[in-house]
Amino acid sequence: MIHMKDVYKTYANGVTALNGINIDIDQGEFVYIVGPSGAGKSTFIKLMYREVKPTQGSIVINNTDMSDLKEKKVPFLRRNIGVIFQDFKLLPKLSVYENVAFALEVIEESPRNIRKRVMDVLELVGLKNKARFIPDELSGGEQQRVSIARAIVNHPKIVIADEPTGNLDPDTSWGIMQVFEEINSKGTTIIMATHSKHIVNTIKKRVIAVEDGLIVRDEHRGEYGYEA
Amino acid sequence: MKLRTAKRHFREGIKNIFRNGWMTVASVGAVTTTLILVGAFLALMLNLNQMADNIEDDVEIKVLIDLTANETQIKSLGEQIKKIDEVDTVSFSSKEEELENLIESMGEEGKSWKLFKQDNPLNHAYIVKATDPLDTVDIADKIKDFDAVQEVSYGKDVVQKLFQFNEYARTIGLVLIVGLVFTAIFLISNTIKITIMARSKEIGIMKLVGATNGFIRWPFFIEGMLLGVLGAIIPIAIIISGYYYLENTLSKQISFSFVEILPFNPFAWQLSLIILAIGAFIGMWGSIMSVRKFLKV
Ligand SMILES: Nc1ncnc2c1ncn2[C@@H]1O[C@H](COP(=O)(O)OP(=O)(O)OP(=O)(O)O)[C@@H](O)[C@H]1O
Ligand SMILES: [Mg+2]
Repeated sequence: MIHMKDVYKTYANGVTALNGINIDIDQGEFVYIVGPSGAGKSTFIKLMYREVKPTQGSIVINNTDMSDLKEKKVPFLRRNIGVIFQDFKLLPKLSVYENVAFALEVIEESPRNIRKRVMDVLELVGLKNKARFIPDELSGGEQQRVSIARAIVNHPKIVIADEPTGNLDPDTSWGIMQVFEEINSKGTTIIMATHSKHIVNTIKKRVIAVEDGLIVRDEHRGEYGYEA
Repeated sequence: MKLRTAKRHFREGIKNIFRNGWMTVASVGAVTTTLILVGAFLALMLNLNQMADNIEDDVEIKVLIDLTANETQIKSLGEQIKKIDEVDTVSFSSKEEELENLIESMGEEGKSWKLFKQDNPLNHAYIVKATDPLDTVDIADKIKDFDAVQEVSYGKDVVQKLFQFNEYARTIGLVLIVGLVFTAIFLISNTIKITIMARSKEIGIMKLVGATNGFIRWPFFIEGMLLGVLGAIIPIAIIISGYYYLENTLSKQISFSFVEILPFNPFAWQLSLIILAIGAFIGMWGSIMSVRKFLKV
């Protein structure tokens, strides 16, 4: 499903964020990515949906070799991957509803299905009553939930979440984790970078620890392993 | 692309016009200004062109046939002239007809010429018209060498100067219009570029969420077209009312009676359509030019 071999990433400014990553993640897994700030978690995640290209090494996603992937095909890869961005990446001039609907418009869903699925997913993340708001009118946590709704609305095979609970109060965090577990139980792969010791140690899943651009630990039903 | 997606792009294009508020006003203003210039210029050029065409069409070659020529010689001269490639029409005008024309053109004075009806001193003639009036001089030169030709006349100096003037006027006009349109495209694409630059982050987000370049481009394309069309409204209003006023004023002014401008109907409507098309074209082109480089995310 996701396969990386000897992957290196050096950014244009000379910072080396990844230093030889080897990993295999199967369909249906639930994986936490942990590690200190600046360790390379986001970079690692960004490789999977091609926001960042590796300097070296091979990446295969859904049986597609990313180095062979034509620029034109990239959007189709991304449609199979729902991403919850660390900085949300909502479209500032679109309402909550329109932001979520966008992910369905690009795959040319019928308007009726769009309506239904958007309202359902907004209900799931508890934002149904704010559907008409624009991102600027929302709190950080609410924006994060819109980002979550957009990532899961088209039932992607993989959901990638970069600190999806970073701005949420404990109650809402657990709510979101419940959503993740539910879609994971239906076969969706979940990859989640997090700093939440509490979540990692409570909902036990595979844990991959990244430090200085290297995978230093990879355990099933692992622990967070850092002081919170 | 599915129909619903086409509808979606159209809807987004329209929404963007409102979402962008002041930038929309700025773009439309730029289109409006240029289209007013282009419109006024086109009206002037097309009218000048029409006048030039009218004068050119009146240019004809008169071939005076030798007085001694007999009927077969006259006929074969006619055949020869017809065979010249650039010649459009050849018509024979007998010396009697020539005299009639002369008398008519002289008015009162001409009456005295009636005396010559018994003993007509004029020549038979061929009246020749070129397919392209610009070939007049060449044709005349060729005919000069034929048998049974006494004289070839076509108002040499006047014709040559006129042609030259028309040629210049057309070239200069064309260059100016093309220049104006390109300036307009440049202006629009710059204004749209600013609106897009403000949205380059949004375009990046759209791509990360799985939108193809085409999907992102279409609403911009439609927005650009609509900006162009909106920008054409005021220029069209000015053209229609201005041309209407001009035509009315000119027709009342006797001192301008020799100036025959293209009739309001259909010219003003045609010009409006052209302006509308140019506006839409400028808008679309401008948006394509500016969205292109933001799609490489
Ligand atoms: N676009 C970029 N250009 C240059 N350097 C970058 C860029 N993005 C990240 N880096 C650098 O790469 C390193 C890893 O960054 P990354 O965002 O992957 O860390 P992270 O583990 O996600 O941290 P955090 O937990 O704070 O989100 C950092 O040193 C950072 O400065
Ligand atoms: Mg990060």
